[in-house]
Amino acid sequence: MLLRFEVVITLIIFILLVLKLNDADKKVKSFMIGINVLLLINFLVGLLPLGEGTLFMGFFRSTGLLVLQKNILNLGLLLISLTSYTYLSRNNNRIEFYILLLSSMLGVFSMLSSGHILVLYLGLEMSTIPLAALANFNKSMKNSSEAGIKLILSSAFSTGILLFGISLLYGAVGNLSFENIAANLQMNELSVLAFAFIIGGFGFKMSVVPFHLWTADVYEGSPIPVTNFLSVISKGSVIFVFISVLYSIFASFTEAWLYAITILSILSMTVGNLFAMRQQNIKRFLAFSSIAQVGFVLVGIAGASKIGMTSATYFVLIYLLSNIASFGVISAIFDSTGKENIDDYKGLYKSNPYYALIFAVSLFSLAGIPPTAGFFGKLFLLTAGMGNGMYVLLAFAAINLVLSLYNYLRIVKTMFIDDAIERLPLVDKNMAVKIALAICTIGIIIIGFVTPLFQYIDVLSIIK
Amino acid sequence: MNLSLLILIPLITALAILLVKKDSTIKLIALMGSVVQLGIAVWITFFYINLRKAGISGDMLLQSTLSWFAPLNIHFSAGVDGISLTMILLTAMVVVAGILVSWKIERQVKEFFFLIVLLSLGAYGFFISTDLFMMFFFLELAVIPKYLLIGIWGSGKKEYSAMKLALMLMAGSALVFLGITALYFASGIYGGQYTWNIHELAQMKFPMEVQVPIYLLVFTGFGVFTAMFPFHTWAPDGHSSAPTAASMFLAGISMKLGGYGCLRVATYLMPDAAQEWSWIFIILASIAIIYGAFATMMQKDLKYMNAYSSVSHCGFVILGIAMLTKTAFMGAVMQMVSHGIMTALFFAAIGMIYDRAHTRQANELGGMLKQMPFIGTAFIIAGLTSLGLPGFSGFVSEMTIFVGSWERTGIFYRVATILACASIVVTAVYILRAIGFAIWGSITNKEFEKLKDASWNEKAASILLIAGIVLIGTLPFWIINLIQNDTITIFNKFISVAVAN
Repeated sequence: MLLRFEVVITLIIFILLVLKLNDADKKVKSFMIGINVLLLINFLVGLLPLGEGTLFMGFFRSTGLLVLQKNILNLGLLLISLTSYTYLSRNNNRIEFYILLLSSMLGVFSMLSSGHILVLYLGLEMSTIPLAALANFNKSMKNSSEAGIKLILSSAFSTGILLFGISLLYGAVGNLSFENIAANLQMNELSVLAFAFIIGGFGFKMSVVPFHLWTADVYEGSPIPVTNFLSVISKGSVIFVFISVLYSIFASFTEAWLYAITILSILSMTVGNLFAMRQQNIKRFLAFSSIAQVGFVLVGIAGASKIGMTSATYFVLIYLLSNIASFGVISAIFDSTGKENIDDYKGLYKSNPYYALIFAVSLFSLAGIPPTAGFFGKLFLLTAGMGNGMYVLLAFAAINLVLSLYNYLRIVKTMFIDDAIERLPLVDKNMAVKIALAICTIGIIIIGFVTPLFQYIDVLSIIK
Repeated sequence: MNLSLLILIPLITALAILLVKKDSTIKLIALMGSVVQLGIAVWITFFYINLRKAGISGDMLLQSTLSWFAPLNIHFSAGVDGISLTMILLTAMVVVAGILVSWKIERQVKEFFFLIVLLSLGAYGFFISTDLFMMFFFLELAVIPKYLLIGIWGSGKKEYSAMKLALMLMAGSALVFLGITALYFASGIYGGQYTWNIHELAQMKFPMEVQVPIYLLVFTGFGVFTAMFPFHTWAPDGHSSAPTAASMFLAGISMKLGGYGCLRVATYLMPDAAQEWSWIFIILASIAIIYGAFATMMQKDLKYMNAYSSVSHCGFVILGIAMLTKTAFMGAVMQMVSHGIMTALFFAAIGMIYDRAHTRQANELGGMLKQMPFIGTAFIIAGLTSLGLPGFSGFVSEMTIFVGSWERTGIFYRVATILACASIVVTAVYILRAIGFAIWGSITNKEFEKLKDASWNEKAASILLIAGIVLIGTLPFWIINLIQNDTITIFNKFISVAVAN
């Protein structure tokens, strides 16, 4: 049953549709517990072994690495759902929220499992369009509508570019299945042009500079659970697809895309970190920080080797946990107090020590400080990048390690060292949020010491 | 006898601190943990000496290895030789003294002692590592505790100093990481096997165009940790804004992480590049020694004085390492230990004075010896060690460095040695002046007549450190016997590259 992931998600969507028809979310608490249990079952079922293979004449494929990546994303989905408990308890469109979220997830899975460019495109579109509706979920707030419009318009534009690149690729090769393209692609003007457009399309989804201009406003305007999903699942899945596209389809282009990746990476890291320094809104800060993190992943991808693939997958897992923890804390604070400015976080350690600690641990993980897992994630990316001798890229990566540390320490300083006369009051602790944050924090602290994990990912990372 | 015990004990201490509620219990646990650690360190040293006497050879003893990240050949591998053991003993001594000195802390006690123990864990792990990645892990581990210790419990412009320290040390570690990763890949390409292990890397021979950039990167990166000119700017602000125990640790131990790295990683693994390019670092070290000494003379704040003095004294360490002779290496290691203990004592004494008089300006203090004889004496002993008075450890280590540096003929090296020797005069000036202003003479401020002398914890800390200084100063042969063979091991890599002797 190779389609297991997709089938389970679709089943849950159907259950939700039936529940909507019966207005089942009147009883808020039982609905919320119910849907989270369903997502937990989804995650656990995903962990059962699944074979490799292709379906539909190669349109759908499943490998060990893809199963692992889908499991990572399922975990992210579950944790995001848990951290959005309070937000959704107050919002009356709960079921629509989950239907949209899960539809996006279905698109993500289709995109990951695609063996043909058209299915890739379909999955990409399917994952993006619900997000535009989700970005607008705070219907009464103006910047939420702004976020929704910005997301759908820039998204449409970028998929247009991607589609143009795909059509040029079809013109160059004559076939759109991955295996066929990998075998027949040659470096000529048409295919390089196609490649440039395709990278542009992907670059938008990953918010790589210079395709990042939508990121800050959309992240700021959307409700925090949606921002969480955007920054973690949406980005993570496109990174996974990007790696497999680069390493398998465009394998013959390596010299060409190596320099493209280098430039994109340097720009993303530097612009992300420099702009983050000036932000006062915590959501915009995390938006720019995630732009810088993607730049870092590109360093690992520039390794163009097995270790590049392994370290990128490892990093996405760690980045997922770190980001969900940070957004979870911000979400809890915002839901209780409505504050999202960095200055409001002054003295957070004195008023809400556990939230401050969890936030600090996740920031340290994003900065790459041992013993958190982010240290290993970032350093393995650097190691992969060094393997290919991209020295200028590595010099910029080293500089950006320092810049990003400054950014994250600025937040830590605000929470631990600064103090204010009016500190934030005690934030309510919701059980679901607590569980999610606990899982994330424990994961961040111990993943670096779970020896078999990295080896397992390495075994699965096969570049065909 | 597993070396991981040295990491396990601080870890258990730190976790125990987290779980306990009462402040007094926390302090007791921290003290017990660090004393047990000191005991284990001493025991391991004797164990090691006995193993050596029994004739067991090998670069390092008590080795152990655990696979950590197999695809990248990263292992959790530990091992010690004489040099590592002296550094571990130094760390244990300074940590015990630091915890004793901080006994009267009131604010956020749990977090303070947790961070100090975490810092010490980083240092111990660093000194027992024989895998470069693991070494780097423990090096980086210390950055955040330092930042938080200075930022929360510090004084003066603490936020600025803490941030500057964290960023500059991160930049140094980024350089180190680039260097060791390049070494990893070079080991695969030129040595046949991708490895991070120091012993395996030491057997390989790399071509010059690979060795030189890596050597420069790693030495500079570790040099930032040792406050090598021109990357020393984090040290004065960092050391002065930090709370006493943190200053003791920073100047006493953290700066030695850099020196150890310069010796064990940069010089040992890339001897040919070191042969060619160590002159750069001789110049930088000499500048640090002279500039540090003169800058110290200009300071009025006692802590800033000691901080710049540390820059100057750690310049001796780098000079010794860069001179590439056996005696100079030995002197560098001894100077690391001696300066570590001395500066810890100095910062402890200054901290005690500051706690009582609430000022660190030398010209506002006066007559401390009359009012607080114990603290005054500790201050004087630290000062005399700093200027190299025979009988104390400073003399032994600095003499050894000078003799070792003199062994290298050639105008350039002789000039550097003479400049380094000349700095002792400047050291004497600022030390005697500080003592004269702050300690001797009559009591200038009437308020100070009410001050009390050292309490039991401060006395214990000072006596521990003074014992170390006097031990090395009067009986240096035990430390020389300990490290002699290991400096020869490092030096042997240079025999094939003819050093003019």
